[in-house]
Amino acid sequence: MENIEQRIKKIVAEQLGVKEEEVKNESSFVNDLGADSLDTVELVMALEEEFECEIPDEQAEKINTVQEAIDYVNSNAGN
Amino acid sequence: MDNKIALVTGASRGIGQAIAQKLGQHGAIVIGTATMQHGAEAINQYLSKANIQGMGIVLNVNDTDQINSVIASIREKYGEIEILVNNAGITRDNLLVRMKDEEWDDIMETNLKSAFRLSRAVLRAMMKARYGRIINISSVVGVIGNIGQANYAAAKAGMFGFSKSLAREVGSRNITVNCIAPGFIDTDMTRALSDDQQQSLIQHVPLGRLGRSEEVASAVAFLASSAAGYITGSTLHVNGGMYMD
Repeated sequence: MENIEQRIKKIVAEQLGVKEEEVKNESSFVNDLGADSLDTVELVMALEEEFECEIPDEQAEKINTVQEAIDYVNSNAGN
Repeated sequence: MDNKIALVTGASRGIGQAIAQKLGQHGAIVIGTATMQHGAEAINQYLSKANIQGMGIVLNVNDTDQINSVIASIREKYGEIEILVNNAGITRDNLLVRMKDEEWDDIMETNLKSAFRLSRAVLRAMMKARYGRIINISSVVGVIGNIGQANYAAAKAGMFGFSKSLAREVGSRNITVNCIAPGFIDTDMTRALSDDQQQSLIQHVPLGRLGRSEEVASAVAFLASSAAGYITGSTLHVNGGMYMD
């Protein structure tokens, strides 16, 4: 079973159409990985699906990097 | 449109039926919705008679849970919806001074909010697929207004702003969102008008006759086709010249 970090990086790579090795913990979705606003919304929805949780909009706004996504999932869903 | 999956709401009769048939003739797999079981059966009948793949299905377009479960069952049977035609609509005509809250609310729910609900439900799959066609059936009444139809006109006009906003939101995903604004079309809805009302309406139509449902359907088929790939946020008027943009 992959850990949360690997699962998230896989989703980010798939969703944003970048190579998995390009996805670093400190990568910003918008600034480093070229996401537009719709990409970030899709990304959040993909995370919700993967981790079977609901991420409120005000929380989602704060998830701007891979690490922030990992942190969120670790403290809120993490199944 | 070979084997593209199309969902048409309010497809048991009138313009919706013509749209379902036309998309089917162009090779789409068509799922038509109706509020009642006998409506869904009527859809099954005309689809199978014309050798069109697809089915009729019962759906209350005001029920988000039902929308999601219907879309899930379509996904299981055929795949993801690629063409959505928001056609379901009702009238609750009354002069505004006499209009009840329910008459206003019913129209907003069924004619406008349903387009929002259905679009939201199909959008994610379209975004993933990087392809989609959403076509909203508005009305000339939404452009020029009509006595006794403040509610209907408001809902139909609302579709324009809705479509334009959504067109901007999802354009980068190769999803187009457009409106058709039919004029005075020969359907059960317009047959409810008296002969005098019909005659006086036709006076304002340069082509001098009612439109046919198939003529609206042809415009829908065009917007759903690959030929219309660069058209989004637009309204196609199908009204015999009754209103000229």
